[in-house]
Amino acid sequence: MRFTKDHEWVEVDGDVATVGITNYAAEQLGDVVFVETPAVGKTLKAGDGFAVVESVKAASDVYAPISGEVVEANGALADAPETVNAAPEAAGWFAKIKVANPAELDALMDRHAYETYLQTL
Amino acid sequence: MSTPTNTENGGAPLKTTPLHSAHIAAGARMVPFAGYDMPVQYPEGVLKEHLWTREHAGLFDVSHMGQARLRGVAPLSAFEEVVPGDFINLKPGKQKYSVLLNRKGGIVDDLMAGRPDDDGLFVVVNGACKDNDFKVIDDELAGQVTIERLEDRALLALQGPEAAAVFQAHAPEAASMVFMDVRPIRAFGQDLIVSRSGYTGEDGYEISIPAAAAVEVWNTLLSDPRVKPIGLGARDSLRLEAGLPLYGHDLDETVSPVEGDLAFAINKNRREQRDFPGASRIVEELAQGPARVRVALKVLEGAPAREGAEISDEAGAIIGVVTSGGFSPSLKQGIALGFVPPAHAPVGSKLKVIVRGKPQSAEVVKAPFVPHRYVRKV
Repeated sequence: MRFTKDHEWVEVDGDVATVGITNYAAEQLGDVVFVETPAVGKTLKAGDGFAVVESVKAASDVYAPISGEVVEANGALADAPETVNAAPEAAGWFAKIKVANPAELDALMDRHAYETYLQTL
Repeated sequence: MSTPTNTENGGAPLKTTPLHSAHIAAGARMVPFAGYDMPVQYPEGVLKEHLWTREHAGLFDVSHMGQARLRGVAPLSAFEEVVPGDFINLKPGKQKYSVLLNRKGGIVDDLMAGRPDDDGLFVVVNGACKDNDFKVIDDELAGQVTIERLEDRALLALQGPEAAAVFQAHAPEAASMVFMDVRPIRAFGQDLIVSRSGYTGEDGYEISIPAAAAVEVWNTLLSDPRVKPIGLGARDSLRLEAGLPLYGHDLDETVSPVEGDLAFAINKNRREQRDFPGASRIVEELAQGPARVRVALKVLEGAPAREGAEISDEAGAIIGVVTSGGFSPSLKQGIALGFVPPAHAPVGSKLKVIVRGKPQSAEVVKAPFVPHRYVRKV
C-alpha cells in the first residue's frame, strides 16, 4: 500500500489500483454520512478531486493519487457510508483505477514514510 | 483529501473560556470560533454527541457568548429603541428572544434579554458579534443605559430530555421554571443566573456562573452519567434540526426579521407604534410580504446541501441560496435553511438544491425539522 500527503492510499493488483482514504483521514473526518464516488469510465489525472466524503460538519474532496480510468466504484458506500470509518483501508475503499502511468506510484510514500509524515502534522 | 479549514479568525491570537483546560483534558478537538479556541467535538464525535443530547443530556460551554447587564432609569423602554420586541411589558422572571436592528431594519445580532431580578436587563448575545453589539447599544442608548459586560462569568447550557432532572438535583427551585423563565438561583455554592432555554430545541437550562467556579460546576454536572460534554459541531446540527437560525449565516445586517422568518419577535404594539430602527421597511414587509424569506428545506436525494448551495425552481431557474445546511443525525437526511422568494416558500413547494453542479430534489417543510420539546408548564 502507498500513500499521499493528502491521506489517500493506493493498493495495486496487476494494472488496477484500489484507492481510498487512510485511517488517519477517517479519524480526522469523524462520522462519515455521505460519500460521492466517481462514474465508471471517468479518466482521472493524479491530483484531480475524484470523490467527496462528507461528515456531519463538512464536505472534503478526495484526490486521485494516480492517473487512470475508473473501472469500478464502491457502490456499497451509498447505503453504508459509515464503512469508511469502520474500515477505511479495506472495505471503505472508494474506487478502482486502471493504472495509466506506473511511475506515479514511485512518487508515493510507503507506510513507514507515511507514518513518519503523520508525526510531523 | 482536502482538509476542512476554519480561517475565520484570520490568525489573531485566540481567547479562551474558563473551561479551556477542561476541554483539552477531555480530548476535545479545538477550533477557532468567534475569536475563541473552542471544542468542536470530543472523542465520541459529532454524530454520537448529537444523538446523546436528543436522548439524554448534553453539556455545552458557551462562555464565548456575550453576557451583560443594561441598567438605567428605564432600561426596558430604552432597550425598545434598538429592538422590535415588547420589553416594557416583560414580566420579572421572564426573558424574550429579540433582534438588535440597524437603521435599515437589518439584523445586527439576535439575542436573549430578560429580567432575572430588579437589576436592569440581563442580555446574552452571540460571541462573534458581542463587541459590535455592545458598541451599537452604547451608541444608540447613550445617556439612557449603562452596560456592564459580565466578563467574569462563564455560560453553560445543559440540554436534552434528562437535563431538567440532572440540574434540579442541584437546584431544586429550577423545577418550577418553564420555558423562557430566567431567575437568580443559588446552587453549587454560587450565585447563578439560570434560564430555561437553549439552542437545541430540547428542554434544558442555560446557566451563567462566576468564571472561577466554572470548572467545578462543569465537572459536577459531568459526573452525572446522564450528562456528556457536547462540542460546537453537534450544537450546530442540533440547532439546525430545531430550525433555529445562526447569526452570520442565516441572518446578517441585510436580513430583516420578516425575511428571517422572525416576525414573531415584532410585537403587535411595536408594529403599531413603528418606533424601532428600520420600522418603515419592516412594517411594509409585514403588509406586502418581503422580497425573500427564510425557509426550511428537506433534501430528498443525494448529498447534504451546505451553506452557499444555490436553490432553483423545478425548471432550473436560480431563485435563492442555502444559508446553512448539513446532515441531520436524527432524520438521516440532508436538511437546510435558505432564502427564496415568498412564491416558493409555502410548505410543500418543490425546489432543487444545486450541490457540486448537480440539481437535487428538495422540498419546503415546516420548521422545526425535529419537534421542539420545551416545557411550557410545570
